[in-house]
Amino acid sequence: MSYEQIKSILVLLGLLASLGIFLRYAWRLLWVNLRRGQSSPSFQNWGERIKGLVVFVAGQWRLFRFRLPGAAHFFIFWGFLLLSLTILQAIVEGLMAFTNPAFLLPVIGTWGPLAFVQDFFALFVVAGVVYGLYLRLVVNPDRYRGSHRGKGVKVLSFILTIMLSLQVMNGLRINLGEDPLERYRPVSALIGGIFAGFSSETQSVLEEISYWIHLGVVLLFLTELPQGKHFHIVTSVPAVLLRDLEPRGRLPKPSGVDGAAGVGKVEQFRWRTMLDFYTCTECGRCQEMCPAYRSGSPLSPKLLIMYLRRNLEDRGAALSAKRTNGVLSKSLTGEVIGEETLWSCTTCYTCDQECPLFMQHVNPIVEMRRHLILEGHMDKMLQEALANLGRYGNSLGQSERMRAKWTQNLQPAVKDARREAVEYLWFLGDYASYSPTLTEVTRKTAEVFHQAGLNFGILYDAERNAGNDVRRVGEEGLFEMLVDKNMQALGKCKYETIVTTDPHTYNTLKNEYPWNGNRPNILHYTELLDRVISTGHLKLSKKLDARITYHDPCYLGRYNGVYDPPRRVLAASGCDLVEMHRHGDRAFCCGAGGGRIWMEEKPGRERPSEMRINDAAALRGVQDFIVTCPKDVTMFRDAVKTTGNEGKLRVRDLIEVVHEAL
Amino acid sequence: MKIAVPIKFVPDLVEELTIDSSGAALDTSWLRLIINEFDDHAIEQAILLKERNGGEVTILAAEAEGLDDILFTAAAKGADRLIKFTGDFGGGLNSHAAARMLVDTMRELQPDLILTGVQAHNDLDGSVGPLLAELLGMPYLGYVAGVTCPGDQVITRKEYPGGIIAEVEVRLPAVLGIQAAEQPPRYIAYTKIRQVMSTAKIEERPVVDPGSTAGVTVSRMFKPEAGQRATILEGSVEEVTDKLVAVFRDHGAF
Amino acid sequence: MGQDVFVVVEYLRREVSDISYVMLAAARQLAQGCGGNVVAVLLGQNAKELTGSLSADRVLYCDHPSLADFNPDAYRAVIMNLVKEQSPRAVLFGHTTIGTDVAGLISEGLSLPLVSSCLTLGADGKFISQICGGKIMVEGELPAPSALITVVPGGYKSEEGKASKPPEVTALAAPALENLRLALKKYIEPDAGDVDISKASLLIAVGRGIQNKDNLDLVNELAAATGGTVCASRPVVDQGWLPTTRLVGKSGKRVKPKIYLALGISGAPEHVEAIGESDVIIAVNTDLNAPIFNVAKFGTTLDLLEVVPQLTEKVRQIQAS
Repeated sequence: MSYEQIKSILVLLGLLASLGIFLRYAWRLLWVNLRRGQSSPSFQNWGERIKGLVVFVAGQWRLFRFRLPGAAHFFIFWGFLLLSLTILQAIVEGLMAFTNPAFLLPVIGTWGPLAFVQDFFALFVVAGVVYGLYLRLVVNPDRYRGSHRGKGVKVLSFILTIMLSLQVMNGLRINLGEDPLERYRPVSALIGGIFAGFSSETQSVLEEISYWIHLGVVLLFLTELPQGKHFHIVTSVPAVLLRDLEPRGRLPKPSGVDGAAGVGKVEQFRWRTMLDFYTCTECGRCQEMCPAYRSGSPLSPKLLIMYLRRNLEDRGAALSAKRTNGVLSKSLTGEVIGEETLWSCTTCYTCDQECPLFMQHVNPIVEMRRHLILEGHMDKMLQEALANLGRYGNSLGQSERMRAKWTQNLQPAVKDARREAVEYLWFLGDYASYSPTLTEVTRKTAEVFHQAGLNFGILYDAERNAGNDVRRVGEEGLFEMLVDKNMQALGKCKYETIVTTDPHTYNTLKNEYPWNGNRPNILHYTELLDRVISTGHLKLSKKLDARITYHDPCYLGRYNGVYDPPRRVLAASGCDLVEMHRHGDRAFCCGAGGGRIWMEEKPGRERPSEMRINDAAALRGVQDFIVTCPKDVTMFRDAVKTTGNEGKLRVRDLIEVVHEAL
Repeated sequence: MKIAVPIKFVPDLVEELTIDSSGAALDTSWLRLIINEFDDHAIEQAILLKERNGGEVTILAAEAEGLDDILFTAAAKGADRLIKFTGDFGGGLNSHAAARMLVDTMRELQPDLILTGVQAHNDLDGSVGPLLAELLGMPYLGYVAGVTCPGDQVITRKEYPGGIIAEVEVRLPAVLGIQAAEQPPRYIAYTKIRQVMSTAKIEERPVVDPGSTAGVTVSRMFKPEAGQRATILEGSVEEVTDKLVAVFRDHGAF
Repeated sequence: MGQDVFVVVEYLRREVSDISYVMLAAARQLAQGCGGNVVAVLLGQNAKELTGSLSADRVLYCDHPSLADFNPDAYRAVIMNLVKEQSPRAVLFGHTTIGTDVAGLISEGLSLPLVSSCLTLGADGKFISQICGGKIMVEGELPAPSALITVVPGGYKSEEGKASKPPEVTALAAPALENLRLALKKYIEPDAGDVDISKASLLIAVGRGIQNKDNLDLVNELAAATGGTVCASRPVVDQGWLPTTRLVGKSGKRVKPKIYLALGISGAPEHVEAIGESDVIIAVNTDLNAPIFNVAKFGTTLDLLEVVPQLTEKVRQIQAS
């Protein structure tokens, strides 16, 4: 048999073997396990979804949020796509070796300009890969902590080898005059120059060796692909295509047959959630930005997904083999993922936002929390808060009758929206109503509303906690009860718009309440102020001379996109706004969300609120830290003291600024 | 082990309490009723004993607003039987009447242990535990904060002042006045309570003549006078802390 | 006979409890009105010396091995017999872990009315009781001819129930006390080796208002700066933020410091009854309606989380100079 015949056979066998291994893994890890998952609702809005493919996959849009690594990946990605055609060419020419060793695929193997682009892209890929290796081996940033470094380096090395062997092979072919497109391959030609000194026989042999290295590593890579994070090469397209298009602030209904039972075993996740576990590239951007992780809690969104993936595989294997070994008795919430880990999440949404492949981290956490709630596994403070919410409709354990105590002696009196029709129904939220620290702020808000000539009223005793954080803590049943009570109370009132001082309330009223198509206009008070200031209904006569900075609350900014209205209001007051280095959608959470304000703090850790205050303290000349969420006021005033910034930085609600500028 | 837990509802002290026009009773218009905290601990202790040693737990109570939810919550925790006494309890049941109300049912249930809260803040004629014990001819031990059953014995931990605990062996059947369960009453998710509502049944037993036998006749109810109220120190944090330091000095702190 | 007022004396660790003296003072008031004697009833073994300071007209002392420690079943037998025989005007029990274990048994056993949580008794046969966490006071007439009463501290100073001259002691025969249904196995002491707060002269007490365990650091610093000792009310100890040795209250220790600084403590009766003998009580509580302000001499409604660090700072400055 000739070398060419052997070559064809080996290529065929190699291809079949590696394809076989690839498919077997893909079937076992992906298909079998996903089929055990719960059903997902049907997907709609295909136009939007396909556009997403263009922007987020082709355009690698989210990757550029971390600029250099983003650029490197862009080139690796596009280089890969373009050069995959050369791989196809290499395989086919191998298979065809027995009849035509110099076989070239139409267009792919014969079109000059393509060859030209590919030749240069190979370089870019090499540059990207070298940067990637540098990042992993030399810099080793914290976001890679816990990721499989060995695998990452291995695959980068594969890609490097594939690229270099390709260029060497092309270069040698050019030297031997075997490349009809040689003038389109200047880079390869240059590389070929290295070997120019060797005899033709040597170069021929080297060419074949490069081919085998090239093909061999490709086939090896193919088998490596489904094992671990590199599966994202396959799953990223369906992941982006089938991403959640619901508003960010809308948690999905509980999965599974049991209603709000939560996820106690990994098979109780929806199959679409399981797909996310396989899509995780372990890039660690979520981990990097997570306030819980940064403050030393055991939660890392990245590690959470990785552990879920491993548990899914382990359980999948055990269930398929019908083994009842230790794997199946390991509890999901407790052993696979620690309870403290699950409770550490503030639901700030930074992880979901940062993820280039739109993976959801908050949803699985909430689903597992639902299970913990059902089992009664929570700390005493949270238990007390939930008991208070159930009994009194607020987490502070105070009577409903005290909800409007802040209105005492306020002139003019605040209208009762239950008795008379109003234009704006002001839904305050627990902290604004009950917390003694916030009484002043709430009263000033009422005064400002009056000055703006707004026809507004409140629900007095009938208001209950809107339930945003109750839902995120996993007490779905209690959430429904609160929604019922609030909807009943609202149903009896006549109003045009709901305005709220609390972003958490804003989020759930806007995105999760069952309005059934009749949703009223819902505004945060900053949006309302923006409106009345720009239309001239509220005049700010004084121009304040303060240098301030503004903190975007998670549920107002990141979740609901309200960034500009508060800034416009602050500008109208004359203040000089200096942005913290992480602001807007990169604002760093205060740490109170997700029910964390109801939970015990672990001692000895730097809290997210303290880190955020330090962000502000680093700005020169800034005296005021402006917030637009009642919980932020409490959290940050405390943090100012514990970071020793008393006297240097003052925490004020935006309404205090407006009030002063009236 | 068969355990019976009689519970009662008391005024919620979160609300402001007012006296009604007669001057001798609480104004019920704004009164919110909640389960007596110590009875809640009694339920928890009973459930813990059932979880550890098996058996059956029965909750008993006179009807009151909001009682059904509490009974279902107890069922969700693991209680087996729920008994509600219905009748005209207009002015509320005093402890003696409550004990009389429970006696016949207790004789029917034949429990090994009766756990009930050691006291309730609105008791004026003692708490129901000792009264029930004497009517049934059972021994009584109060201020119990822990019950274990090693082997055949029943060992209780009784609280004394100064943090001292006495381990007391109790011969069954007996009545225990619970000060605290071994762990705080557990949380039950709303969905669980709703699920249980469809399966658990509340047995209603009408009470013919509740009566307030042997109760205490109240001639007057009133709020305590402020008396010598504290002198409130006014001012900023700076000013107030200065004043505090002065008070410390005056009383020989330094 | 029919007009005597009996007081069931309580003691722990060979020391007569304060409540016994409070009861004797109350009994004295009632007895004056009905013209009877104040009779102290003491049950124990070799416990005669405990009768020394009781301000009673006479003492009935029952000595029996089964009475060496408190046993509700044993007390029930003795007292039931005694009351049946003597039919006193009233029998006073402490509203405590001892008294309330027995009073109800006698009430049903002898069909005698029971009035609980009594603060004061009048010569006119009136009583004032304290219920609903001290928020409501109840006044009424003691049922006649015979009534049982449980007494809470606060209506009288223990001094009023102490005598300079020991009273006359008569032996009281014990009924059969063999077949008791309750048996004391052993006592468990709290951890020794911690500070004895009942001996401290400056106490810094924390209650629920401290909110979480972290904030204890602030309080510890204040204690260190002032040389005071940290103690707590029940909610704090129940959470495990401080050990039971630091508990001030009915189930904890009674204290008599020069200064008692109550931080975030509401002032429930169970706590307040144990601090009444402090020279001065200072209360820090954001709720102006908190009962603690009824017993405190000075107070502020500022947030303790703001006051405490500032106070620590000032004290440190003074110590430095």
